[in-house]
Amino acid sequence: MIKVEGLTKRYARTVAVDDISFEVQKGQIVGFLGPNGAGKTTTMRVLTCFLPPTAGTANVAGFDVLEQSLEVKKRIGYLPETPPLYPDMEVGEYLTFVGRLKGLASADVPKRVNEVCDRCAISDVKAKIIGKLSKGYRQRVGLAQAILHNPDVLVLDEPTSGLDPKQIIETRELIRSLAGDHTIILSTHILSEVEHSCERVIIINQGRLVAQDTVTNLTNRLRGSESVAVEIAAPTGDLNPAEVRQRLEQVTGVSRVVLKDTKDKHCSFEVESMQGRSIRAEVARAVVTAGWDLNELRPVGFSLEDIFLQLTASEKAGTKVEEKKEEEKQAEAKV
Amino acid sequence: MRNVLVIFKKELKSYFASPIAYLLLAIFAVIFGFFFYSATRFFVLQGMQMQMMGRGMPMDVNEYVIRPLLTNASVIGLFLIPMITMRLYAEEKRSGTIELLMTSPVRDLEIVLGKWLSALVLYASILGISGINLAILFAFGRPDWKPILVGYLGLILQGGCLLAIGIFISTMTKNQIIAGGATFAVCLMLWVLDWVSAYDQSAWAKVVSYLSVVTHFEPFSKGVIDTKDVIFYLSMIFFGLFLTTRSVESLRWRA
Repeated sequence: MIKVEGLTKRYARTVAVDDISFEVQKGQIVGFLGPNGAGKTTTMRVLTCFLPPTAGTANVAGFDVLEQSLEVKKRIGYLPETPPLYPDMEVGEYLTFVGRLKGLASADVPKRVNEVCDRCAISDVKAKIIGKLSKGYRQRVGLAQAILHNPDVLVLDEPTSGLDPKQIIETRELIRSLAGDHTIILSTHILSEVEHSCERVIIINQGRLVAQDTVTNLTNRLRGSESVAVEIAAPTGDLNPAEVRQRLEQVTGVSRVVLKDTKDKHCSFEVESMQGRSIRAEVARAVVTAGWDLNELRPVGFSLEDIFLQLTASEKAGTKVEEKKEEEKQAEAKV
Repeated sequence: MRNVLVIFKKELKSYFASPIAYLLLAIFAVIFGFFFYSATRFFVLQGMQMQMMGRGMPMDVNEYVIRPLLTNASVIGLFLIPMITMRLYAEEKRSGTIELLMTSPVRDLEIVLGKWLSALVLYASILGISGINLAILFAFGRPDWKPILVGYLGLILQGGCLLAIGIFISTMTKNQIIAGGATFAVCLMLWVLDWVSAYDQSAWAKVVSYLSVVTHFEPFSKGVIDTKDVIFYLSMIFFGLFLTTRSVESLRWRA
């Protein structure tokens, strides 16, 4: 549905996007991930025909963004980072205008407007002035605007930024419910966002593509070993952490045991397995046979956070992580 | 064409949904009302003086009242036009709604035309207020209506060309104040350019004074439609809208 090849976008002095290629299949939700200033918004603006690429091609629904931009624009719904709203218009009036602008027949407009209002849960504010709405409502009106003409492709630039936790969950659900009919690209710098709503991830950093894969594949690829958090207590008497530790180290498949915390009768450890081994069952058995209580046994998740840091760090081998963070801070300050 | 109408309706609505339109209508009504009052008082006074001197010369309302009034209206227009156009693009650029317009299946030219037409209609309705004053003349006298219509045609053409320039300037900045200020400066320049003809008769001065929008309005105020002036205004409108469209296009490349 979307095919990007060798896309490059240069501004006066800076290269915002550098030779990016990727493909998105019909009906997929793809997360576009990267720190602030990585080039996410620029890529999206090229896809929506707002900016022409400096080099390379982008193809949406079979049409080139440069040569057949009108056809692309008909098939794309776009929610920019700041929702494009006219503060002095009423919600209904605004959506009617957008519907006409997107080329809906005037007879269909009221029906479509009602539909998207229901879908985005903004029916109750339809007669209100946009300027008086809260941030959450504005974001939803922005989303309603993007899906109004039922486009094949939806491009959402940080759709959940500035929302409260409840609204974030609602928005995520809404986006997930849109998948299937629509191909969705959403950008974010919040990693859990991608874990929650996307099937595939495209990670970019400093304008370059770092990785693209399914969420599970990425996790598997980077996960060498398994980590388990274990909390052990002695039913009677005191617990000797050193003894427990020794016992855990003897379990087959365990490569490393780290003592995390000791509270009078409890000990917490983090146990790491050897490459490709599952150790949870063995650890549990060992603890129980030793006569201790197993209070907790929990796999320590290998989050996208770690993947992201690993990927972006390996991208610039040799530079220290601190420098990296410093750069990100600067990039944030710029934005 | 359909898209032009969509933009046109939306822009016109937002003029009248905000205080802008009413403010401009009020400003024009007050200032034009004052001019009208002065012009008619002067006319009446002159008429009385003539009678006292015993010379019952016929006095022409068109010549002594309406013509100067129309010229004054064109000058008031110069001041109002920057306030009409300054927001058209600058506001969209500041609030980010330009992204909505430019990612919708609409041509840049259609957006420009829609916005220009809405500005023109607002300008025309502002001028329409002066109709109330002129109606009073018709109630008490018998002015010739044809030169008045020609005068209004001239006002609309002149307004259209300044509005086109104003929109062009509005595309170049995010700041409405800058857009308004620059438009006002350009409008004023195009007005006073014809002053050079007062002290200079060289070819250079003729070219400069030809560029003045006021020079071309004079025949209209007399009730004369000169193709030369119509073509001047139409080509200025065309040129202004052309520049606007190119400027909007270049936003993509420069952004």
